[in-house]
Amino acid sequence: MSNRLPEKERQMRKQPVSDRRAFLLNAARAVGLAAMGGLVWSAYVDEVKASELLLRPPGALNEEAFLRTCIKCGMCVEACPYDTLMLAKPGDQKPLGTPYFIPRDIPCYMCTDIPCVPVCPTGALDVESVSSDDKLDINSADMGLAVIDHESCIAFWGIQCDACYRACPLLDVAITVEYEKNARTGKHAFLKPVVHADACTGCGLCEHACVTEKAAIFVLPREVAMGRAGTHYIRGWDQNDEQRLEGASSRTTTTEISKKSAVDSLNDTGDLY
Amino acid sequence: MHRLYNTYRFLILRRLTQIGLLLLYMAGNYWGWTVLMGNLSASSVLGVIPLSDPYAVLQMFAAGAMLSSNILIGAAIITLFYLLIGGRAFCSWVCPVNMITDAANALRRTFEFDKIQKKQPASRHIRYWIIGLSLIISAAFGVAAFEFISPVAMVHRGIIFGIGFGWAAMLVIFLFDLFVLKNGWCGHICPIGGVYSLVGRFSFVRVHHNEAHCTLCMKCKVVCPESQVLHMIGKKSMPVLSGECTNCGRCVEVCDDEALEFSIRKFLEAPASQPLEEKI
Repeated sequence: MSNRLPEKERQMRKQPVSDRRAFLLNAARAVGLAAMGGLVWSAYVDEVKASELLLRPPGALNEEAFLRTCIKCGMCVEACPYDTLMLAKPGDQKPLGTPYFIPRDIPCYMCTDIPCVPVCPTGALDVESVSSDDKLDINSADMGLAVIDHESCIAFWGIQCDACYRACPLLDVAITVEYEKNARTGKHAFLKPVVHADACTGCGLCEHACVTEKAAIFVLPREVAMGRAGTHYIRGWDQNDEQRLEGASSRTTTTEISKKSAVDSLNDTGDLY
Repeated sequence: MHRLYNTYRFLILRRLTQIGLLLLYMAGNYWGWTVLMGNLSASSVLGVIPLSDPYAVLQMFAAGAMLSSNILIGAAIITLFYLLIGGRAFCSWVCPVNMITDAANALRRTFEFDKIQKKQPASRHIRYWIIGLSLIISAAFGVAAFEFISPVAMVHRGIIFGIGFGWAAMLVIFLFDLFVLKNGWCGHICPIGGVYSLVGRFSFVRVHHNEAHCTLCMKCKVVCPESQVLHMIGKKSMPVLSGECTNCGRCVEVCDDEALEFSIRKFLEAPASQPLEEKI
């Protein structure tokens, strides 16, 4: 049958797939596979990056820079004499291989020589940030911020407890006790613990010491624990803050209503009804 | 006995090196030995010499991390070391995953799976694609992307610091290599091996084939985890030049005819022999 086909057509049928077509198809297939793999992979990386309830060793860079810089070697973990630090294992649901600690289990005991920080080969744990006057100073560490749940803290019920206050390595600085009259009994006092954010290092000794079933005082990453008022609020009674006004420029917002005088715009209630 | 030693001398040495290094790392964590601290991502020898994984550092660079001098020196030392002794010597002499994939491969041979699955349906270039992809994702998300999913790191870190669900990674690699793809992980996918393949192109330590001694028994090709690098067997006397050779030495030990030996690459000889080949 095929013998009867014209010579030219027969040659075309027999001709193998051209190298160029094969190459293009293979390249397209590789790109397709890479795109599919890349999608799954980057989705995973993006999810992992977002886990923010995580306490890092002292001197850690901010979370984003830390994740970028930490090489996951575990030398900080090996340096820690209290086995506080752990490397995130598969199944811990934390960025894999990065160091963290759970203060309720083992808090940071605030070694004055901070063995975990200088061993970091990448600078993800920054010696500068835990030094003052060129000397290591663990009190300048910022691992997180202790937060008190007023509902479950028994000191807020009127029961005397100062476990966290006593456990705090910055005694009477990072946590103070404030006295308040107990109106329910009329003759007792509340001794309420108060955390001071400017001094708290987030070591978690308070969380570790807390006597309630689930800790009523616990350390959260500072970014999670704190709000932000915004730069447009200025504390006029604070000289340093007030200085921010110097050289400030003003910006006037103009709307339809600005064209009228203030009295007119108040009297003209037409728009309201 | 002597024969047994001859057939397994490099294998025994490799296992000793792999396990020895693991023990030193473990001693670093559990007993505070300072001989070797950290893990394969970055370590410190005696608290003085830094070592770091050049691929991890490359990803960190792509992610835009500030690279400390410590890390750069460490990566330079490792790169230089493998540049001299054969890049993928890391794979067969250091990496703990090698023991898993070698076990899967041995089982494959015992059960003669290769006679059923004759054609391997994947390209050995996948690893280079993964290197490229990892650098793109690292740059896009600002983290070292492969380090978050690396089963090699999971296994090695797991053995030193606590395994968690890392055993699943070990099992999956084992089963993948056993049933899905021959030399699947180490020979096709692992981008760490890919990076060391690129480094190893220029290394000095090479397996050399002497065609005159070869009896074409092909035992070397059967045991070789990267059999494409042995394309010259029985055809031509020359060194194994591909960077994908892991310098494991299995081919050297299984050869009964002294047709394969380790040797130092002779750079000066190479250009002289070039025109000769063309004439033939």
